[in-house]
Amino acid sequence: MASLRVNGQERSYDGDPSMPLLWYLRDHAGMTGTKFGCGVGLCGACTVHLEGEAVRACMVQMSETAGKSVVTIEGLHPKGEHAVQIAWRDVGVPQCGYCQTGQIMQAAALLAKKPAPTDAEITSAMAGNLCRCGCYQRIHAAVRAAAKGA
Amino acid sequence: MTELDTHSRVKISNVSRRGFLKGVAATGGLVLAAQLPMVKGALADYPTGATAMPNGTVNNPKVFVSIGKDGIVSIVAARAEMGTGAARTALPMIVADEMEADWARVRIVQSPGDEKAYGNQDTDGSRSVRHFIQPMRQCGAAARAMLEAAAAKKWSVAPSEVEARLHEVVHKPSGRKLGYGELAEAAAAEPVPAADKIKLKEASAFRYIGKGNVRIADLVDITTGKATYGQDVMLPGMKFAVIARPPVVGGKVASLDASAALKVPGVEKIVQIAPTPAPAKFAPLGGVAVVAKDTWSALKGRDALKITWDDGPNKVYDSKAYRAQLEAAVKKRGKVERNEGDIDKALASAAKVITAEYYAPHIAHATMEPPAAAARMTGGKWEVSAPVQSPGQARDDIAKAVGVKPEEMVVHTTLLGGGFGRKSKCDFAIEAALISKDLGGAPVKVVWTREDDLRHGFYHTVTAERLEAGVDAANKVVAWRHRSASPTILSTFAPDPKHPFDIELGLGFVDTPFNVPNIRQESGEAQSHARIGWFRSVNNVVHAWSIQSFIAEMAHQLGRDPKDFLLEMIGPARIVDPSKSVTTKWWNYGEPAETFPVDTGRLRRVTELAAEKAGWGKQLPKGQGLGIAAHRSFVSYIATVVHVEVGDKGKITIPRVDTAIDCGYCVHPERVRSQIEGAAVMGLTLAKYGEITFKGGAVEQSNFSDYQLVRIDESPTQTNVHIVEHPISVPPSGVGEPGVPPFAPALYNAIFAATGKRLRQMPIGDQLAT
Repeated sequence: MASLRVNGQERSYDGDPSMPLLWYLRDHAGMTGTKFGCGVGLCGACTVHLEGEAVRACMVQMSETAGKSVVTIEGLHPKGEHAVQIAWRDVGVPQCGYCQTGQIMQAAALLAKKPAPTDAEITSAMAGNLCRCGCYQRIHAAVRAAAKGA
Repeated sequence: MTELDTHSRVKISNVSRRGFLKGVAATGGLVLAAQLPMVKGALADYPTGATAMPNGTVNNPKVFVSIGKDGIVSIVAARAEMGTGAARTALPMIVADEMEADWARVRIVQSPGDEKAYGNQDTDGSRSVRHFIQPMRQCGAAARAMLEAAAAKKWSVAPSEVEARLHEVVHKPSGRKLGYGELAEAAAAEPVPAADKIKLKEASAFRYIGKGNVRIADLVDITTGKATYGQDVMLPGMKFAVIARPPVVGGKVASLDASAALKVPGVEKIVQIAPTPAPAKFAPLGGVAVVAKDTWSALKGRDALKITWDDGPNKVYDSKAYRAQLEAAVKKRGKVERNEGDIDKALASAAKVITAEYYAPHIAHATMEPPAAAARMTGGKWEVSAPVQSPGQARDDIAKAVGVKPEEMVVHTTLLGGGFGRKSKCDFAIEAALISKDLGGAPVKVVWTREDDLRHGFYHTVTAERLEAGVDAANKVVAWRHRSASPTILSTFAPDPKHPFDIELGLGFVDTPFNVPNIRQESGEAQSHARIGWFRSVNNVVHAWSIQSFIAEMAHQLGRDPKDFLLEMIGPARIVDPSKSVTTKWWNYGEPAETFPVDTGRLRRVTELAAEKAGWGKQLPKGQGLGIAAHRSFVSYIATVVHVEVGDKGKITIPRVDTAIDCGYCVHPERVRSQIEGAAVMGLTLAKYGEITFKGGAVEQSNFSDYQLVRIDESPTQTNVHIVEHPISVPPSGVGEPGVPPFAPALYNAIFAATGKRLRQMPIGDQLAT
């Protein structure tokens, strides 16, 4: 029986240790804000914070989460008002919205480390997150806006 | 398609089926009263293609609006929301504005699939605002009149003395006020006003329409992870299923050994799904489903299946060989689809003939949300929750597959994590229902992986195009012959006719508006070996790319500026009527030409506007260039100028894009900008990377590793959107799709300007690397 912390809550897990964190979060914990996009770490839709680092939940096995702390979009801010979430709304980033929770988690991790990133640093940090609707211009603008307010 | 006459387009809704609204209605409101279909026709300012769509439109406020005693106004969204903002934001916003509701006190209620109740729900063809602005305005205005009538009665004053203003009705002489919540019950008892009594707002009084000041309905849910897409549906006791599908369309299981799969912990059952012989419409491909306690177990179980497939006749499909066939087809005379003048004579007598051939491959939609659907049956009543673009039609298709009546099937439309035409096809929802049926109605969710999505799609067709232009001694273009060969979408629905049908021909092929006396469009024979579907803007992608590339090629050969030459090809401002010269029938996006003609003046205007805003003609450093393209699609007019820099090894950088759009009256300018910005990125992806290839009948690509999408670090740095402003008297036209077609040709033309290299193949891939 291993335990992990998800959004501040202790949880125990005794299933298949090779199961990706993604499917634990979605199917077992019922936290569907972490999205399934590719399953191989190429799209970033399932980005969560593991010990404060942005990771792709589809690439993290449950065995690697033992004793660790995971933050998902559901736990990013108690009222959903993290500076990045607010900026995302103010800039009107989303179209379909499916990739946006992963984008937001990626951006939040960047700003936690670098509160005032350069444009190039924003682009580089966000390059692992795909958006098929093509909201990149606004994603960049929203990260910039959140950085200013941070 | 069912043809409905103009008088029957307003349908009576069946409230009894709309159980979901009972909760809303229980708070007291405008919902449970008798149905009073409104007579329309006289009220519509202009005719649209909405009347010819199955089940037309509905404008009855008793169908779309309910008001709680707390004053919360619930507005039904009946169409599917896939990211344009049309279904759950723009259309309800139109209702809210007309009824003087405060958007902050409006809630959106998603309807189930039921076209008899709500009118056409097929969210496709960039039609939502174009077809529904009029009925939604009428709906809101009627609701406003009912609230005003209820207030006048309460106060025993003349109706002329009261006026609805931002969520309350005011008695003008006394200043007394009643909130919408206070009036809800009385307003619900009011009859719906007759069509000729409904007074629409003056555009000057709009609070939201045309302003772009309303945020999308699901913005908070999307940014907090609460938004529910098809992949996110959770039902109590739900099982999870993934399916091993035949790699070749039309294939079937030859042998199956599921013993190892059944030993995987968590795997509970194996369910075989029978294939459907072509033409299969949206029927599932068939295969072997693994049902498990969670997605991960199902995936592991699928990996452990031992299946040999009988591939069937489509095993011969090989993209390389097929390309040669298509290119051969356009080298010879094809089926004449449109003819003006005498093309053979004009080409034979031309002083110069310019010829070019283009090729564009299959592409896949690759919505960020792979398809998924959940189904269950309780007490004979079926429910399917799925991200379907056409919930009403999906309901019929799923019910038929399960063997029940549509009335016994409820289809809940979740949010769509991207649609782009893929989710018009409800095969994935049928799969969920069939598996649930096998499980005795137990709840089950079918999850598609990215590999499933890329390998089992309904692909954008593959196309070869050949263009020839004859020029006289004075360098005037006198002949235009365009041949196109591509497998048709119709092969998904009917025995393969091997030629495009009127809808495909109308997508930027036979409707070219060029000022040339001798014009001929021909289609070459092309047999389908895959499931051909429609992808955002459909054949316009390829036709706009080849035509607009070719015009730039002609300009170069004739020593002309590409923008000036494009304007010359478009010719003077006039109305072009392709119906006179089209062989079968000119399909104008389903729209009457009197409302939505081919207006070259508008095409000229966007061309000039995009060029002006982009600084056309400016000096650029070596290795940089501007390219322009203009195209009419979905009865809108768009022109794009791309500024490209081509660096070492052909690395493409796009510092700036300027797109001008004329979509008639612009209902939500902020969302229009968003669509056009996104279209530049999607346009870049299909220009740069988009290619699905078949070998041995099976798709070769698997995931984003070999089917790449443009990322933020290669996306245009700045996309500027310039909207041509119109009064509300100019009917709104398409927005979701028209942004895509001009991007690729503008980019290809910019690359030529930057490098002198003319590329005639999509995608660019490594063509610039050498």
